[in-house]
Amino acid sequence: MSTASTSFIDRRTIVDWLGIAPFMIFALLFLIIPTLYLVSGAFFTPEGQFTFKNIGDLFTPTILSAYWISIKVSVASSLGGALIGFFLAWAIVLGGLPGWIRSSLLTFSGVASNFAGVPLAFSFLATLGRTGLVTVLLRDWFGFNLYGTGFNILSFFGLTITYMFFQIPLMVLILTPALDGMKKEWREASEILGASTWQYWRMVALPILWPSLMGTTLLLFANAFGAIATAYALTGSSLNIVPILLYAQIRGDVLHNANLGYALALGMIVITGLSNILYILLRMRAERWQK
Amino acid sequence: MKTSKILAWVALAIGLIYFFLPLIGTLEFSLRMRRGAYSMDAYQSVFSDVQFQQTFGFSMLMALLTIIFGMLLVVPTAYWVRLRLPQMRPVIEFITLMPLVIPAIVIVFGYLRLYNSSSWIPFTGSTQGTNVLLVFSYITLSLPYMYRSVDTAMRAIDVRTLTEAAEILGAKWPTILFRCIFPNVMSGVLSGAFITFAIVMGEFTMAALLNRPAFGPYLQLIGANRAYEPAALAVIAFAITWLSMGLLQLVSRFSKLAPSRP
Repeated sequence: MSTASTSFIDRRTIVDWLGIAPFMIFALLFLIIPTLYLVSGAFFTPEGQFTFKNIGDLFTPTILSAYWISIKVSVASSLGGALIGFFLAWAIVLGGLPGWIRSSLLTFSGVASNFAGVPLAFSFLATLGRTGLVTVLLRDWFGFNLYGTGFNILSFFGLTITYMFFQIPLMVLILTPALDGMKKEWREASEILGASTWQYWRMVALPILWPSLMGTTLLLFANAFGAIATAYALTGSSLNIVPILLYAQIRGDVLHNANLGYALALGMIVITGLSNILYILLRMRAERWQK
Repeated sequence: MKTSKILAWVALAIGLIYFFLPLIGTLEFSLRMRRGAYSMDAYQSVFSDVQFQQTFGFSMLMALLTIIFGMLLVVPTAYWVRLRLPQMRPVIEFITLMPLVIPAIVIVFGYLRLYNSSSWIPFTGSTQGTNVLLVFSYITLSLPYMYRSVDTAMRAIDVRTLTEAAEILGAKWPTILFRCIFPNVMSGVLSGAFITFAIVMGEFTMAALLNRPAFGPYLQLIGANRAYEPAALAVIAFAITWLSMGLLQLVSRFSKLAPSRP
């Protein structure tokens, strides 16, 4: 009797685990093993010997500058996106705007945050390129030569404002629920205690919101750091950012060392991974106040 | 109160300028092909390009296959985890979110090294194999979106009761899954499908590095060689994104309005 029941349980457990086997096999084959392969490859020489040399070689000027430009673009576009996105989210939640503006802006944000890649680069070229609409209008209407100021859409600054086109809506989408969670009572209580608007924001609202703000900014950072299509279509290979360097390495081994390429990929995973872990930690902190 | 309202309108104005200027600029640029007059020449040139039709069709097919096989993978898994392995939910959820953390270019780099023609599963050894690998890579990319939308839809129905009721009525597993669970999470399946469609249609990295003639690499090629067609293509791409997202909103709104059947 007892043996029969244990074997029944065993069979049931096996069936239970078999149910998710297809998914697990898929995830292993097409997500986990390919990534681990690169990660482990970063620690070996082409001859198969364990080494830290590849990691060390990442700190050569060319590669370091690629990481540095990537980080700068990602930081600038995530901070810019977070700032404008925060004000937009604030405007639709607490700014007293008509309700239809809120719902249309959220719908539009859903679209715009997914409008990335090659077409986004085309849009900004057509708008702020040398013969783009804004460039032409500034010249014809105001006699202002945009490109005379040293501005170029095919540059660090150009890439940053292009990335912000999908960063801002992403910020709006993630931050709107956080702002919705701000209780009216907190505001009322601080007003009764004689706080000014500035004091309320500095001492009540921002301390509650900062984990959400920081966390989302980190998410935007990781989002920009891994992106390649927009940058590639916009600047070709003239702007030396990490994803484009990795692209060139995959295409033609420009670093002349396959395992250094793995180390380059590992560096990307470490940076996006760290910012995502921080995001999750901050999010857990943020949720304390939103229960 | 008053200043905050003014500030809100200012913020909105900045946002609108940021969002709409590039769209208006793109539209205007796409109409400029004929000297001195606005015309649809760029669009005509795009639509009559054989390569456009081929790559567009190829990406549509890839998107469709991604959605079908992705859902066949995701829906049963999400169902099974809710029914039998609730303790595995955090693990599965974590795995589905990994493609958001690991950049696409890193994933495809791994594929190229792991599945080349001299490896144990030589996906990239043949055209058909590479196409299959491309579909799998797209399923991987869209896992976060598909899993979340299906799982959200599944939260709204009582999986356990539905399964028990179907079992009592004598249904076998395929019947339960395809005639009971799938129809009930249709709203989730559809929203996942639309966002997957939008992602796959414009995807560049995977297709370019796997050397497949998809729409994304075609866009990049045109961008490097033509003047006005890219703007027209950007307008088309934006329309596709709008359409997918609009349908997504519609589906989620209808599923909210639909009365919950007991």
